[in-house]
Amino acid sequence: MEKTNVYDAIPLEKFVFAQTEDISHDKKPETKPVGYLEDALRRFAKNKGAIVAAVIIFIMVLFAIIVPFFTQYTVAYFDAYYAYTRPKCSLFENTSFWDGCKDQKTNLKTFTYYYAMGQESGHNAVKNQEYTLTEDGEYHFRLDTYHMKGVVYKNLSLEEYQALQEYQNRTGIQVIYPMVAKRDRPTAADYEQDANIYYKTEEKGGKTQIIYDDQGNIIPVYNSYPASIMENGMGLDQYNSIRVEGKDGFLENGETYYYSYALVNPSGVQVRINYYEYYTYYHSEVLKDGIGNPSFLFGTTGSGKDILTCLSSGARFSFIFAIVVAVSNLLVGAIYGAIAGYYGGRIDLVMERITDILGAIPSMVVITLLKLHMGSSSQALVLFISFFLTGWIGMGGRTRTQFYRFKNQEYVLSARTLGASDRRLMFKHIFPNAIGTLVTAFALIIPSMIYAETSLTYLGIVNLATGNITSVGTLIAAGQASLATEPFVAMFPSIFLALLLLSFNLFGNGLRDAFNPSLRGTEG
Amino acid sequence: MYMFKYVSKRLGLMIMTFSIIMFICFVLIKLLPIVITVQVGQDANVIVRQLEGRGYIQNAVMDPATQTWNYERVPIMIQLGNYLKKIFVNGDFGIGVNIPSYRGREVVDVFMEKIPPTVLINLYSTCIGVPIGLGLGILAALKKNKWQDQMINVIIILLISMPGIVMGLLIQYFLCFRAGLFPTTMNSGYEYFTWSMFRSMMPPVLSLCLGSVAGYARYTRAELSEVLTNEFMLLARTKGLTRGQATLRHAMRNSMVVIFPFILSEFINVLSGSMIIENMFSVPGVGRLYLDSISSLDYDFFMMLSGFYILVSLLGGIVVDISYGFIDPRIRMGAK
Repeated sequence: MEKTNVYDAIPLEKFVFAQTEDISHDKKPETKPVGYLEDALRRFAKNKGAIVAAVIIFIMVLFAIIVPFFTQYTVAYFDAYYAYTRPKCSLFENTSFWDGCKDQKTNLKTFTYYYAMGQESGHNAVKNQEYTLTEDGEYHFRLDTYHMKGVVYKNLSLEEYQALQEYQNRTGIQVIYPMVAKRDRPTAADYEQDANIYYKTEEKGGKTQIIYDDQGNIIPVYNSYPASIMENGMGLDQYNSIRVEGKDGFLENGETYYYSYALVNPSGVQVRINYYEYYTYYHSEVLKDGIGNPSFLFGTTGSGKDILTCLSSGARFSFIFAIVVAVSNLLVGAIYGAIAGYYGGRIDLVMERITDILGAIPSMVVITLLKLHMGSSSQALVLFISFFLTGWIGMGGRTRTQFYRFKNQEYVLSARTLGASDRRLMFKHIFPNAIGTLVTAFALIIPSMIYAETSLTYLGIVNLATGNITSVGTLIAAGQASLATEPFVAMFPSIFLALLLLSFNLFGNGLRDAFNPSLRGTEG
Repeated sequence: MYMFKYVSKRLGLMIMTFSIIMFICFVLIKLLPIVITVQVGQDANVIVRQLEGRGYIQNAVMDPATQTWNYERVPIMIQLGNYLKKIFVNGDFGIGVNIPSYRGREVVDVFMEKIPPTVLINLYSTCIGVPIGLGLGILAALKKNKWQDQMINVIIILLISMPGIVMGLLIQYFLCFRAGLFPTTMNSGYEYFTWSMFRSMMPPVLSLCLGSVAGYARYTRAELSEVLTNEFMLLARTKGLTRGQATLRHAMRNSMVVIFPFILSEFINVLSGSMIIENMFSVPGVGRLYLDSISSLDYDFFMMLSGFYILVSLLGGIVVDISYGFIDPRIRMGAK
């Protein structure tokens, strides 16, 4: 039989392409490949609202981190004399906004009370001593909340008294003002023992009435003693420092008199001090705690705490707390959901029942029970456990759904055929599909944790305000008590909370759109 | 038939979950020390004897030297038996021990006294919130991507992000203090249907409903704008219906399938979720009672109210699932 295979020995060069123009090889793409994360970032960057929100969140985090280091106050600091002090920023001192003053409409008596403070010490309680008198006899002025306390009576030991005099001599700042004898002080209940009344008053019908002279001015009633009592340059009051009338006293009935600056009592002296200057002296010279002039950028609460410090510390606690809770929720939820979703069947059924039961317990009940059992010593821990106990369920559910969706797909099957272990399949092949939803859930869980913490502390169920920790909710609760008269106390923490939640919402929505473009628009 | 089967299965599961949670709660509470605080002029003897009579403690004797009570605690399981017996035989959930104003009163009576304000406030809030929310949502869906829609969207985002505390404070400050439209706190007393009571209820109602208005609007907009793109809408228009008719009869009905259960669940949730608002406006409701029971360690109140909250949250889930089946016969949850 003849050999049919005649194409055995065709030389290689005989093989040529029929067409040389139209050959299309697979070309390497010239553009760079875009990864999942990069793609999501790119989509996120297009969402202007989310970017703005991210910037605001960043600023707030910075605020929480930095401000506690730069304020002169601590959370534990309080000064009852500076309660409800208005916010003051030195840049706005000459405007009528953010200047630490409040509008007042008063009668003549109250007006004189504040006006005389400025006349005596130059620390004007009536801002710039400016006022308008209306036709119906009302005085309108701006009351400076930093100086409205004026002078107070204070008991000092002799050493403290000498140190204070030494400070006066060194700096030339007058802190101690002439004394008013006990018999000249008002006796009626409304101004009883008020150090600011250094002028003649009388009691009429249980009220203090100011006595004016012919020109309508007040009549000072400083306590004084004749120069003959002076020994070695000091009188009974042991005073040898700045005097309001000059060093030489004043002449009366041919004899020189000196104003008395202290009432000596067995334990020391009682003096009349200007509280603003004394505050500065006391903090900078005695306590040396880094506090200078009283100045509260956001004002103070009813107990005299600095709102700026409390708010930033509270915010810092909230952020740290929320992130810790969110991370632990994420970890536990992801692992739990992965196991339930991957193995399915009976394991899933049992695990689902457990989450059902846990999820049905209202968090309020959990918190209360924990708080009752653990006492009041570790309230932050109580909060953490109770948020953690139910918080991871949502994360677990999301992971579980993703595992159900992907565990039977062909690529997982092929990996299994190649001998991949369960753990490798779960975390290398299926889990990355859940990252998008988990990141979004993570971003949304932080504000919800902050809000939950705030409302619990607001309600007083959990009280974190011990020592150097405070919380935004406690501040808001304090502010609500005086909402009608001092709205600024509640205003700053409220603005903080609202802004935080708004920007986290926008940010979270932006993340969701970026990671799951298919979900866009379904929830508005 | 399988609707019945489904409902009974869900109810059975719910009762099981409920019992487990309540059991855990009971055990945890009974592990706590019993605190009896008595004010001047009140007799601790009465309360101790009450606790003894309820089978919580036994052999209570007063130590005359220290003026303290010594007693033995009944084992927890027996306490549970006694507790359940009282509930199922007499409908008796216990008595107040530590809350000053309810000391010695039946827990159920106090609870019944407290429930009308809470329910009324939620009812008003739903009645005001649903029409406004649906209206806004429908408007936004019909004018999708026009300026009306954009504006409504901004309002929705603002309202949804506004925390309840801040909303309450804003309303209290601007409407109550500045404008003087409403009293700051709710009136006390039991005349719930007078004008002044209604007026004093408005601030909490507004604070509650503004947030849910945004929720309804967002949901309606999303649902309706999806239904509007369906082809049966085109058919409805082709057969001669006006746009309004088509929207009302076809699109709204279909989107209601999803919206109605949402409204139901919102209503059930706000039943328990208004503790902040109740506290802020001093509403004499269940939330305040619960807070009081926590702060004064009154366990019988705490048990009953916890049960109430747990039941509400469990029922919420079930009612929503079941309502799907009733509204849309095509959906049969859990049916084979």
